[in-house]
Amino acid sequence: MQIFHHSTNALARISIFGAVFVLAAALWATVELNRSSWNTGQWVERQQPVQFSHKHHVGDDGIDCRYCHTSVETSASAGMPSTNTCMNCHKQIWADSPYLEPVRASFRTGKPLEWIRVHDLPDYVYFNHSIHINKGVGCSTCHGRIDQMPILYQAATLQMEWCLGCHRAPERFVRPKEKVFDMTWRPENKTDADLLEGRAIVARYHIQDKKVLTSCSTCHR
Amino acid sequence: MEEPREPYMEGPMHSTHPVIEPGLTFASVTDKISSIVLKRKTSIGWFVGFAISFALFQLMLLAITNLVFVGIGLWGVNVPIAWGIDILNFVWWIGIGHAGTLISAILLLLRQKWRTSINRFAEAMTLFAVAQAGMYPIFHLGRPWLAYWLFPYPNTMGIWPQFRSPLMWDVFAVSTYATVSAMFWFVGLIPDFATLRDRAKSKAFQIIYGMLAMGWRGSARHWHRYEMAYLLLAGLATPLVLSVHTIVSFDFAVGIIPGWHATVFPPYFVAGAIYAGFAMVLFLTIPLRRFYGLEGFITMRHMHNMAKVMLATGLIVGYGYIMEAFFGWYSGNRYERYMIWNRMHGPYAPYYWALIVCNIVTPQFLWAKKLRSNLAVLWLISVVVSIGMWLERFVIVVTSLHRDFLPSSWGMYKPTVWDWSMFVGTIGFFFTLLFLFIRFLPMISIFEMRTILPEAEVED
Repeated sequence: MQIFHHSTNALARISIFGAVFVLAAALWATVELNRSSWNTGQWVERQQPVQFSHKHHVGDDGIDCRYCHTSVETSASAGMPSTNTCMNCHKQIWADSPYLEPVRASFRTGKPLEWIRVHDLPDYVYFNHSIHINKGVGCSTCHGRIDQMPILYQAATLQMEWCLGCHRAPERFVRPKEKVFDMTWRPENKTDADLLEGRAIVARYHIQDKKVLTSCSTCHR
Repeated sequence: MEEPREPYMEGPMHSTHPVIEPGLTFASVTDKISSIVLKRKTSIGWFVGFAISFALFQLMLLAITNLVFVGIGLWGVNVPIAWGIDILNFVWWIGIGHAGTLISAILLLLRQKWRTSINRFAEAMTLFAVAQAGMYPIFHLGRPWLAYWLFPYPNTMGIWPQFRSPLMWDVFAVSTYATVSAMFWFVGLIPDFATLRDRAKSKAFQIIYGMLAMGWRGSARHWHRYEMAYLLLAGLATPLVLSVHTIVSFDFAVGIIPGWHATVFPPYFVAGAIYAGFAMVLFLTIPLRRFYGLEGFITMRHMHNMAKVMLATGLIVGYGYIMEAFFGWYSGNRYERYMIWNRMHGPYAPYYWALIVCNIVTPQFLWAKKLRSNLAVLWLISVVVSIGMWLERFVIVVTSLHRDFLPSSWGMYKPTVWDWSMFVGTIGFFFTLLFLFIRFLPMISIFEMRTILPEAEVED
């Protein structure tokens, strides 16, 4: 007595061999999704309560990063400007612009603007801006060309492999301290000459050995 | 009177206990084994046993759910005893599995035909025991949902697992062991699935067994390939008998804790595993063969052989204990000496002496043929040895950790009710699987039993 139709033979073979491919494809898809901007938020533009353009303020006007992010050289957080900082200029220019009404409202009421955080590291990561700035890591190395972003987005994945990319080879990314805030400086040292300079900078700024930089407790304290 | 036939009836002692009851034929073997699954009415005993096991299995699920929600603070583990009875139970369960692999792989390669009656059952036991064992380290992680981090895969963290850690080797050892055991078991079942498919009356069973039989027709070509595949799998499984528990012992031996850091650990653990495994096989087969009337298949010959393996491995384990104590003294190291003294006289001394009684004294009864032939005694010894092997791991894990180099960090360990719930629960889960197995699958390999019948003898 025949329980199964002839075609089940083919079906059985297909499902056995197919399972290998389905599993491989599922693994590949998981790995890809993990690195996609859907998961990391990379490249995703964040709308803010005020239509603030970094491109205009940094690129066109040439305002230094530190004018607003005042504590970037001395503390863990780069710092967000108070409404007063905005009003330094906007009392005089674009003082009547309807775009800036939320800023004026904040100035009148004393209630700070609620900016949407673009770069959010997990809480189990200890990150300090000042040490990076003082060891020659440029703003654009991590944040990208801020001077070309009308609306800010996260330029890097912020995943651990991305952090380790630099911590394992700092000579590839460091630059002279006076160029840290230079948006046009090369974000990565690629040529032999650049790498030579990178290694010299690592030595000059006493950047710690890779064993220290990649130790678990350097970032997970 | 027929001449005793090679190779399973050699020797004057064995001639009294054949490896299979005389008078059985191809048809009656198939009938007898398959009827347990297909024809015989499921007994009340089965339902009662299954219900109890299933209830305990629910306790395990409850314990795990609570653990995942609350965290491993529920367990009694804490510094300095970070490995409590959860790691102990992992070692205990995985050790039990080893008898199955030894019976199915090594005894197959050594052409020990008596293994045929018990290999299917022992392999199932292996598989179910490994399933219990595997849960413990995963839930001990505290964040079991991140357990996949243990595998080296292309991850976004840019790091690999620590390949120099024996805990990492454990992942490979245990997952390989589980995979090979499952394959071996399944491949061994294929011809029997086909038998059940052909004999099943209901359509549903025909389809289920039919799918599991994977189109087995029993042609000469099928058999030829099958035997090759089975032999290859046996070859693959053989080193695992030694490697898995060796690596489990490295979890301890690679650490520098007094009482763990000893070269005797790998052989001592492997022997202990086989010892515990055979105790469990005896513990399960003695009642089973009685309830299902399988005395014709699992004869006294099997009981004697298993008792002898237990005695031999028990002696190796006993040698291990003696060497442990000797090394502690001979090392001249005050910490090692204290560790041994503390085991014998410290707060956990009752566990140590109970272990010595269970594992060294008890198996000595097996020297006597009279006691080996008494199934009640044999069964009791298997229970005592199973407890003894649990105590052995308790002594190794707890007494080594609770007093190490710094008296300021000494501590005591007490398992909580959740520790016990999980342990009792895994026993329930193990028996749940076992009850389902004996109800729905042939617990003795039908086709292999047929090969040891006189009918299978072919004139050259």
